[in-house]
Amino acid sequence: MAAIDTPATAPADPHARARAYLARRHRFGVWETLPWLLALAAFFLFPDRMTFGSQVLLMVLFALSLDLILGFAGIVSLGHAAFFGLGAYAAALLTQRWGWEEPISGLVAAAAVAAVAGAASGWLLLRYRGLTLLVLTLATTIMLQELGNLLRDLTGGYDGLPGLTFTPLLGLFDYDLYGHVNYLYALAVLFVLFMAVRMIVYSPFGQTLAGIRENVARMHAVGSPVHLRLVTVYTIAAAIAGVAGALFTQTNAYVTLGVFDFDNSAGVMVMLILGGAGRLYGAFVGAVIYMVLQDVLSKASPQYWQFAVGLLLVLTVLFARRGLLGLIEDTARLFVRERKP
Amino acid sequence: MTLSVGLIVSPTANIVVSILFEGLAYAMFLFIVSVGLSVTMGLMGFVNLAHGAFAMAGGYLVLTAMRSWGLPFFAALALTFVVVGAASVVFERVFYARLYKATELDQVLLTIGLAFMAVATYTFFYGPRPQTIALPEYLTGQLDIGTRNFPTYRVFVIAVGCALIAVLWYTFERTNIGAKIRAAVDNRRMAQSIGINVDRLFTLTFAVGSGLAALGGGLAIELFGLTPSFAVLYLVFFLLVVAVGGLGSLKGTLLAAILLGLCDTAGKYVYADAGGFFIYALAMLILLIKPAGLYGRD
Amino acid sequence: MTDALEIRNLHKSFGALAVARDIALALPKGARHALIGPNGAGKTTLVNLITGVLRPSAGQILLDGEDITVLPQAARTRRGVARTFQINQLFRGLTVLENVYLAVAERMRTSHRLWRPAGAEREVIDQALAQLEALRLADDALRLVRELPYGRQRLVEIAIALAQKPRVLLLDEPAAGVPSSESHLILDAVGALDPEIAILIIEHDMDVVFRFASRITVLVAGAVLTEGGPQEIRADERVRAVYLGQEFAHG
Repeated sequence: MAAIDTPATAPADPHARARAYLARRHRFGVWETLPWLLALAAFFLFPDRMTFGSQVLLMVLFALSLDLILGFAGIVSLGHAAFFGLGAYAAALLTQRWGWEEPISGLVAAAAVAAVAGAASGWLLLRYRGLTLLVLTLATTIMLQELGNLLRDLTGGYDGLPGLTFTPLLGLFDYDLYGHVNYLYALAVLFVLFMAVRMIVYSPFGQTLAGIRENVARMHAVGSPVHLRLVTVYTIAAAIAGVAGALFTQTNAYVTLGVFDFDNSAGVMVMLILGGAGRLYGAFVGAVIYMVLQDVLSKASPQYWQFAVGLLLVLTVLFARRGLLGLIEDTARLFVRERKP
Repeated sequence: MTLSVGLIVSPTANIVVSILFEGLAYAMFLFIVSVGLSVTMGLMGFVNLAHGAFAMAGGYLVLTAMRSWGLPFFAALALTFVVVGAASVVFERVFYARLYKATELDQVLLTIGLAFMAVATYTFFYGPRPQTIALPEYLTGQLDIGTRNFPTYRVFVIAVGCALIAVLWYTFERTNIGAKIRAAVDNRRMAQSIGINVDRLFTLTFAVGSGLAALGGGLAIELFGLTPSFAVLYLVFFLLVVAVGGLGSLKGTLLAAILLGLCDTAGKYVYADAGGFFIYALAMLILLIKPAGLYGRD
Repeated sequence: MTDALEIRNLHKSFGALAVARDIALALPKGARHALIGPNGAGKTTLVNLITGVLRPSAGQILLDGEDITVLPQAARTRRGVARTFQINQLFRGLTVLENVYLAVAERMRTSHRLWRPAGAEREVIDQALAQLEALRLADDALRLVRELPYGRQRLVEIAIALAQKPRVLLLDEPAAGVPSSESHLILDAVGALDPEIAILIIEHDMDVVFRFASRITVLVAGAVLTEGGPQEIRADERVRAVYLGQEFAHG
């Protein structure tokens, strides 16, 4: 976090000022209500696009989970879709194979399955970095997909499991054709999990993630159990990605092995980079832009969309490395005078 | 062409031989494409996920050269090596050079972006359906050796691979430039301090590596068919070979290509359903034990 | 009384290359011990062996009598071994306060907490600030480390090590790279260190060595050439020969 200007009422004593800075950092800014107000506004302004809306929201959740490991802990993984997929299938099998149709417990089950996978793979793989980790995470996800294909009696293979049914939400809200209930459901889940992620990011644990990202050698030297911390955050991120996957299954009433595709892992990474990684809200901005662009351009031609993604990625890396939020921050800095402490 | 060799061959031996030929041909393809990636990554540490796109572009150039310009197969292969190799230098200077000091993530993102753009562009111009070429007569069909038939084209690919291995080995081990490359891979700063121009070396290696990728792409048309998504679909395997072999190592790339190529082919022969599984399992196993690859340096 | 740090017969080889040969060293409590030697002698390697970045091929390392030879780096830190790096290893994108906060939080075992904000950890923040004040860095507490001049960054490096409240402190060329106009900051800080801490300092500047150290070990090609008090070392012919061409401070 940058050292921002402190208001005129800040005490001159460095002790108090420092304490105030750390104390204020995690307080809610007024503008933080904006994404939620916008999400609710969308509900009233675009009532016929709510099925699309739920997809956007669950992608925000997926991107948020990636932000934890990529933006905050600095782990570069090309296989995050593994946890999305595991969560999606956990939710699907729960209702289709074992007849348990209550959706919220589906989310919990998905989170649990994905968390176990996250802990196991994290423990094994997070000892490595660089190309080795890239390849290992990529290979793990592909293997899961191949496994799913092998067990296609269970998973429905690439054709998937259609026609999944769920009991009404909280026993009260039945699903309508326009996806209104699903949208609010996804929004509520996103809100709860976002608050959890936000708390983690501003906690002492979150602080160690920043340290690991900035200088892992130094973290070892100050006695930090780096591997344990990385596996912990990886597990949490996996669980959240699993919930996103479960939401996918539940809002679409359908799942296929395509959830494990490289396109999914790459796509969520693009979303995060577009919006700005390590910023919590980058996931919101990036996912919305990505999904809207995909919706608009794919209708014209899938090639336009793929080209646009590639181009956006190249431009972002070359010119707007910290994403859209980073650009906004830089522009704002031109207008706000910094007071040197 | 008939060679009479009096051998009694059992059905198992038949399968083994088939796996061997298919697997080795596949391994040669993997090697030819991946060797450039391995050396450039070992040299500059630059993660280039657009490498598959060069292979794909190479394939389409061979296709166009043969179909639209009437070039014979060998000429088309030579052309694609030179043209794509030269064109890659433009990419290197315009895009890649800016990110040599950047983080690995940035390099991954940039090159994936370029790969996506390439796939979209080629799909737009050539369409998504698989393309084939008309091979010269003598490369098609079977070679009749004793009681077995060996697919001529696969033998050809293996032969090309062996020839390239010989050339590359000679270059690496016996020439000045090979020595410079090995020195720079080993310790870039040290190499620079004794006067080796590592940047120019890298550009040269990059060009040759991309040219070889294009050549591999051209050879692969007959093996797998050519589509634009080739760039991304096969990228995984190139990355596996490079990681398992060890960055910057000729020996490593070759060994990894053979191990993984044979494993994949054998897996698909024996377990038609789950065949694809084995290449990943083997690669992961090796990497978990030797994270820097078989001949990698830490 | 047991020494704060004791090294016995320490060996380290990478294949055929021996970088540490039969090294013996003892740091009593409150030691002010300097480690000198030509470039490539293995001084930083020795620090890496002590802190656990490298595993020795043979030999023992004892911390207050406890054998820590096979313990991983983080475990040794928690038992009271701290170091500074020859080239700053700081969290450049974070503020000075956050840099020291991390070290304090690890020591106080609060950094695993997920459920409360870092800003609510008053005790940790206060201790971090106290550390900054001790090194006259409090005014820079909210500045990003990468914005500080190198000399002050070097002080942050020391602050992080001190924040761990070590029993044994290993300083790897603390004044290296610091412009002469700022080096007094470092030297004053080193001079004011808690007399209870056992300190091993790697230095090239002989002024600093003779001012600071009560015992000096000379390391050449991975092995101990000699060890003694400042006067003995200054008078030793072999040491002079090793430093041929290098001037000693005039006593």
